[in-house]
Amino acid sequence: MTRGALCFAVAFWSGFFVMGVELLGGRLLAPDFGSSIYVWGALITVFMLALSLGYLAGGRWSQHAPSLRRLALLLAAAALATLPVLPLSGTTLENLAIAIPDPRFGSLAAALLLFFVPTFLSGMVSPYCVRLLVDTREASGRRAGQLYFVSTFGSAAGTILTSFFFVLWFEVNMILIGMIAISLLMAAVTGLARSAQA
Amino acid sequence: MRTLRRLLPLGLLLIAPLAGAQQNLIHEERSQYREVLVYEDGGERCMCFTRQCRIGRQSCINLADPKRFALNYTRMALGGLLFASPQPPQRVLILGLGGGTIPGALRQVLPAAQIDVAEIDPAVTRVARTYFGFREDPRLKVYEMDGRVYVKRAIREGKKYDAVLLDAFDQEYIPEHLLTREFLEEVKSLLAPGGVVVGNTFSSSKLYDHESTTYAAVFGTFFNLKGANRVIVARPDGLASAAQLRERAQRYEPSLRSFGVDTQALLAMFTTNSDWDPQARVLTDQYSPANLLNH
Repeated sequence: MTRGALCFAVAFWSGFFVMGVELLGGRLLAPDFGSSIYVWGALITVFMLALSLGYLAGGRWSQHAPSLRRLALLLAAAALATLPVLPLSGTTLENLAIAIPDPRFGSLAAALLLFFVPTFLSGMVSPYCVRLLVDTREASGRRAGQLYFVSTFGSAAGTILTSFFFVLWFEVNMILIGMIAISLLMAAVTGLARSAQA
Repeated sequence: MRTLRRLLPLGLLLIAPLAGAQQNLIHEERSQYREVLVYEDGGERCMCFTRQCRIGRQSCINLADPKRFALNYTRMALGGLLFASPQPPQRVLILGLGGGTIPGALRQVLPAAQIDVAEIDPAVTRVARTYFGFREDPRLKVYEMDGRVYVKRAIREGKKYDAVLLDAFDQEYIPEHLLTREFLEEVKSLLAPGGVVVGNTFSSSKLYDHESTTYAAVFGTFFNLKGANRVIVARPDGLASAAQLRERAQRYEPSLRSFGVDTQALLAMFTTNSDWDPQARVLTDQYSPANLLNH
């Protein structure tokens, strides 16, 4: 596979992954904080904040020896950083709810604890991909546009598939584990493709 | 003139079916969660969450006789709660206020009881006070909170209830975290010895099976009262016998009559027959697509 196709595939999947995790986050917070608008508000705030900072960091990191292998590393790190969500969503959230009785700030703290790090890492993917895809200044806008398209389209796909179908077929943790596994698999493919090229 | 007067009711009769769709909107407000609408129609005043009460009515009162229950499910829920309890419940928890007709009635039937209500939407509480005659007092308190958050807190504070009424669903939307095995386990752990749980639900199609197996997984056999709604009556320490039900129905007959409750008709609804697919997957916090299953 070419470097371009791999970059697009990774950006698509990263967009998919972020929205899948965000929707399941609502499920994980509901037992302790309810499913009110402010719980969703807290979740979306944390995801947006983490993504925005991730974009900054990803752009910066792309200036130092950018490579497909490092992109693969980002994808794998985001997936592994999602793993703690599985054990943390039990008693830890309950303790947070006890410590912070106001469910608005309780759910905000819970969302920060569970989702900030993996989403920050996922946010780094897109600008890093732009760096790998752009070879000429003239093509930069077009490439960035294609990349936004692919990653946001991935987010749309992750949103609809998770909320319409996955939650009907699987348990929340199973969906999370499945998505983490796909991320790791894609990271492996992306990392190995680079060694083959070299 | 006389002919006209005689014909007038006839004319009204012809218009009536049309007028039925044209209920009078007397109040509307948009809350953080939904639109809360109050309609009047044919001597009844109803709280609805959808225009023209398209998807069901939350709560209704008879304007001429506000005490009298206008909706059948309120009779089923109240009767279920009272007949299943060996002693008159002293501590009652209700999740979901609606127009406040059930807590109001319980307040009168059980004057010594402490009644706590968890209602998430302050607009619903406001409308219940203004349009449905709902009154709070030291023995009837409303907590503005998500039902599950309330239950978890109550457990931590060591509270116990003799009866818990789950009434937070409507035809349109089910808060999915309030229909899982974990949630029902939490409710069960709030019960004092001998306590009862009453669930007023709207499940249809596949959700009916899943809801049934979920309640059965936590409570075992339960009474399943079916009308337009479904009222589930469960008691971890064992269900009442037919004789006990009859005896309690008799006991409450005088106080329930003024609410328009026909205790004999209600008694006939108590059945433990299971008419669902026992293989249906139990709903859990990990698997709770209640609204997707309810189509």
